[in-house]
Amino acid sequence: MAAEARVSDFTGKAHVALNDPKLRANFRRAMDGLMTKRAAQFADPEEWATLRARGAAIRADALARLPELLERLEANLTRNGVTVHWAESTEEANAIVLGILREAGATRVIKGKSMVTEEMHLNAFLEANGVIPVESDLGEYIIQLAGEAPSHIVMPCIHMNKGEIAELFADKIEGLGYTENVDELTAAARRALRGRFADAQAGISGVNFAIAETGSLVLIENEGNGRLSTTLPPVHIAVTGIEKVIERLEDVAPLLSLLPRSATGQPITTYVNMISGPRKPGEKDGPREVHLVLLDNGRSKVYGDTQLADTLRCIRCAACMNHCPVYTRVGGHTYTFTYPGPIGKILTPQLEGLDCAGDQPHASTLCGACAEVCPVQIPIPDLLARLRTEAVKPSSDAVKGGGSSATLADSLGWAGWKALYSSPALYGLASRALGWFGNLMPASAPMLRTWTAVRTKPKFAAKSLHQLAREKGFSHD
Amino acid sequence: MTDANASARDRILARLKSAPKRPAPPRPDWTPPAFGSERKARFKAMLEASHAEVHEVTDESWPERLLSILGNKGARTLLYAPATEAGRRLSDAWSDGGPALLAYDRSVEDLKEVLVHQADAALTTARGGIAQTGSLVLWPTPDEPRLMSLLPPIHVALVNEADLTDSLAETIRAQGWATAMPTNALLVSGPSKTADIEQTLAYGVHGPKELVVLLVGPEGARP
Repeated sequence: MAAEARVSDFTGKAHVALNDPKLRANFRRAMDGLMTKRAAQFADPEEWATLRARGAAIRADALARLPELLERLEANLTRNGVTVHWAESTEEANAIVLGILREAGATRVIKGKSMVTEEMHLNAFLEANGVIPVESDLGEYIIQLAGEAPSHIVMPCIHMNKGEIAELFADKIEGLGYTENVDELTAAARRALRGRFADAQAGISGVNFAIAETGSLVLIENEGNGRLSTTLPPVHIAVTGIEKVIERLEDVAPLLSLLPRSATGQPITTYVNMISGPRKPGEKDGPREVHLVLLDNGRSKVYGDTQLADTLRCIRCAACMNHCPVYTRVGGHTYTFTYPGPIGKILTPQLEGLDCAGDQPHASTLCGACAEVCPVQIPIPDLLARLRTEAVKPSSDAVKGGGSSATLADSLGWAGWKALYSSPALYGLASRALGWFGNLMPASAPMLRTWTAVRTKPKFAAKSLHQLAREKGFSHD
Repeated sequence: MTDANASARDRILARLKSAPKRPAPPRPDWTPPAFGSERKARFKAMLEASHAEVHEVTDESWPERLLSILGNKGARTLLYAPATEAGRRLSDAWSDGGPALLAYDRSVEDLKEVLVHQADAALTTARGGIAQTGSLVLWPTPDEPRLMSLLPPIHVALVNEADLTDSLAETIRAQGWATAMPTNALLVSGPSKTADIEQTLAYGVHGPKELVVLLVGPEGARP
């Protein structure tokens, strides 16, 4: 199934979100908590500086040698008994997953949290093909029951409050009344999902790091649902983007010291699960088959541009969105696509194309908070600026949909601006004219209204700075 | 791998290989933290901060301590690994009044009901402990399978004080992991938890609700 064509409508959705006080309170509370906890983890600026420099270098090094490391990863995983699949598109990846499930005769699937499977819209695809996927991360389970998409890449149901979840559970979980007690809600989810785990014929998970040197998949989580999904069912299918590979096992240590601390302000997640193969003869549990699906979906195109390829360093900690003044106010669903916040604003237009997500690089004040907290030093504001340029004046075919925002009015406008600013006489004439007539122009005048739609129209001064200076006796120079 | 898949692989790799080369940056120095004489104290404090219980025991005393801990928690059954040294010590020392022992002695397919619904607690060993993050290092084996530390509501782990290290980086180096990864290696740093509902912590969402660490001190040491 091809995912329905979607077009970003950031401005329209942002207006709705901004006027939703409950949503804004939910995000404000969550983001404030996450920022405070992260800051406490990195209280020592020297430790932070050396650690993130190391983390950034590990990721940059892995990308510099990406094709070689992917081949090594594949060889070592294969030697360990893991079957490796490659998918150029999300459609291909979905078909591969379905093929594995059909081969295994599996129709009941339990899922650990995975953003790449969200990118693939895997659940909808599986349901359309007679497979029942059950999300087991508590947050993902909640939004699956609600029929929604995640609004945050680490905390998927962050947009909902206790009351909303209590209502949802009372409605959807048999035998449970309305309760806002978090322990009771959590226990209800445990009871509801226990049987699903035991009953599942396959488990699907994401991957946090894939280690080329040892052929290992590293998954981190707090709940244990990731471990259950990858241990209890007879088949485990891991799905990941091709950029998640790192070279050495020892690289895991600094990256693990960056990821949970940046994400949720925890020193480490409860579980770090390193999988290096299916159940061996004599072992009593673990899946009998392990598969890894490597998804491209535009990443190799991003890789083709050495500046934009920095996007691929991301380890999906979500610190950029937690600290983004825009994300905090509008929430994740405003971004339409899978990855919200600053990382989404640079990743989505590259994966989906500037022609359908070209407004996203503009949904930013370029304040730089994202770059400041990024544990792998992705220069997000620089990449936002680059993508804004690519949308109107593509430097190459580096970005899908490049040049799609170029309009005649725009280029005429800039040509006029250039003429005005390179001729002192013209400039003087124009500024005097605006001083006389500018205030008579209505705020709804064509072109002007794009600006005044969200801003008050400026009042033009009767005299320009040049005139005032001359009157005060300053010479023209 | 099907032909279609082989060509997807070739096309992806060809695109990556045709991209402009970029220099691999050097890795700046980074030293993982060291705790010296504070190692054990840090290990305990970090685990306790993650809602785990740590009990200092000796090699002679731990079965007795375990019996009393589980008695206090009202555990009715204890899953154990009969073929391990710790499993033998446990069954030798177990008294009739304690939780009924359940042996993980066959494959998960034949023991699913017990594992998923019946075992109240499980005892495993840990290969080491990491002070920086308060983590247990678990390498499940054929005798001590993966699900023991995951399905029962109480997980009890035995870890030797001598096997504590300062950091994961040190553990990986000292134990030579890079050349000998097991099917599954785990770091466990507390009981299962979630904060998905309004960032409110709740324990035992899928894995154990309680993590009990029995830290085995040197022979003759009095805890």
